[in-house]
Amino acid sequence: MISQRLREAIAGVFSEVDVALAYQQGFDKLHATPCFMTMPEEINKLIWNPLCVHNLTSYLPSLKKKKVAVVVKGCDSRTIVQFMQEGLINRENVVIIGIPCNGVISVNKVLHETNHEPIEDITFGENGEITVKTLKGEKTLLLSDVCPDKCKTCQYPTPIVYDRLVGDPITSDKSPDSVYADIKEFENKTLEERLQYWEQEFDRCIRCYACRNACPMCICQDSCIAETRDPHWISQRATLSEKFMFHMIHALHLAGRCVECGECERACPMGIPVNKLKRKINLDMKELFGYEPGIDPEDKPPLYTFKVDEVTIKEHKI
Amino acid sequence: MSDVAARELRIVGFLCNWCSYGGADTAGVSRFKQPTDLRIIRVPCSGRVDPLFIVKALLNGADGVLVSGCHPRDCHYTDGNFYARRRLEMLKRLLPFLGIDERRFHYTWISASEGGKWQQTVTDFTKRVHELGPLHAKKEATP
Repeated sequence: MISQRLREAIAGVFSEVDVALAYQQGFDKLHATPCFMTMPEEINKLIWNPLCVHNLTSYLPSLKKKKVAVVVKGCDSRTIVQFMQEGLINRENVVIIGIPCNGVISVNKVLHETNHEPIEDITFGENGEITVKTLKGEKTLLLSDVCPDKCKTCQYPTPIVYDRLVGDPITSDKSPDSVYADIKEFENKTLEERLQYWEQEFDRCIRCYACRNACPMCICQDSCIAETRDPHWISQRATLSEKFMFHMIHALHLAGRCVECGECERACPMGIPVNKLKRKINLDMKELFGYEPGIDPEDKPPLYTFKVDEVTIKEHKI
Repeated sequence: MSDVAARELRIVGFLCNWCSYGGADTAGVSRFKQPTDLRIIRVPCSGRVDPLFIVKALLNGADGVLVSGCHPRDCHYTDGNFYARRRLEMLKRLLPFLGIDERRFHYTWISASEGGKWQQTVTDFTKRVHELGPLHAKKEATP
């Protein structure tokens, strides 16, 4: 049982750290929630199942001065690598407990499948089947049907960096070409269709900034230029151009840094494909500079550096 | 007077203080004829140009944006334009993804002595933006 082994792993490092970050049961069976453990007896409330979707590494930069143990999935570990590249954490202050992951659950997709009925119970089978019990009866779903889109093309199911690994390493069986297939497909649309698509999507934005707050790489936090009055980048007006601008700020500040953990899309209450813009930029960064965020701790984000002769950038003619 | 016989469009130009702004000045001093659609904003270096400046301009009424700095290796601050080159190329590739024609945005390198190149660039770019027409035509028609 992974949960039990995870508890043992955390108990093993508990004396070395100030706080341990893991998951606990949320307000109902369908939700897990992050937990901060400072007392050894708290370890028992820890859980592990496909509902543990959150990227716990988001808390690391704010805990930079503390010693922290953190539970990470493959996708979350890329965030840690990116933090290391940008010097946002001290690696020696973090104990990484990695869990190879077969995919997590999108709560929204489960709720959609069960017509938003209150969930009584949820159980997980060996081969990725999920049994959801509601007042209206039982329904069996497949993990592959209710996982977030990022899991469908996951290339790194086993954490890239870890100090202790709980469970056996898994290698990805998904083709690397599938990762950006949707982006390439979107680029087949005409300019007008694309503009219309984004206008429609961004028009739904309620500027709650949940995407920004959930984003582990959005490190400006309280001094985000979307809210500062000086400089006054965007106003509080609820117009499309202000919403569009907000999403551009988010995307461009993450250019070549986004580790595609999908937290922004998970947090978005309006179901806007927030991650798509950043993934498009990542695809370009890969083509131009052969760079993939969150893979090599020694790498440098492409926009933080330069080459005197850029062979891949051709001069543009009018 | 504008070279292009049509309604004047709004083109924003971000020019670096040391080369391109000087280049534009050279063109002016040499009395080269230039289209008047361009509004120049002088910046200390092309590395000062945040891609968000360009997006903000395009979203808020500009029909085209031109960025020009010193030639690579000639930056007054040694490496500002090297950073700019990567950022601007990233934006150039992102704009069509958003549904904005990438031809509305151009970045180039012009030195203080290249008045002729400046005139050519402005004329050609203005012509191209005029061919594309106003970016916000729809919105302006229904205020």
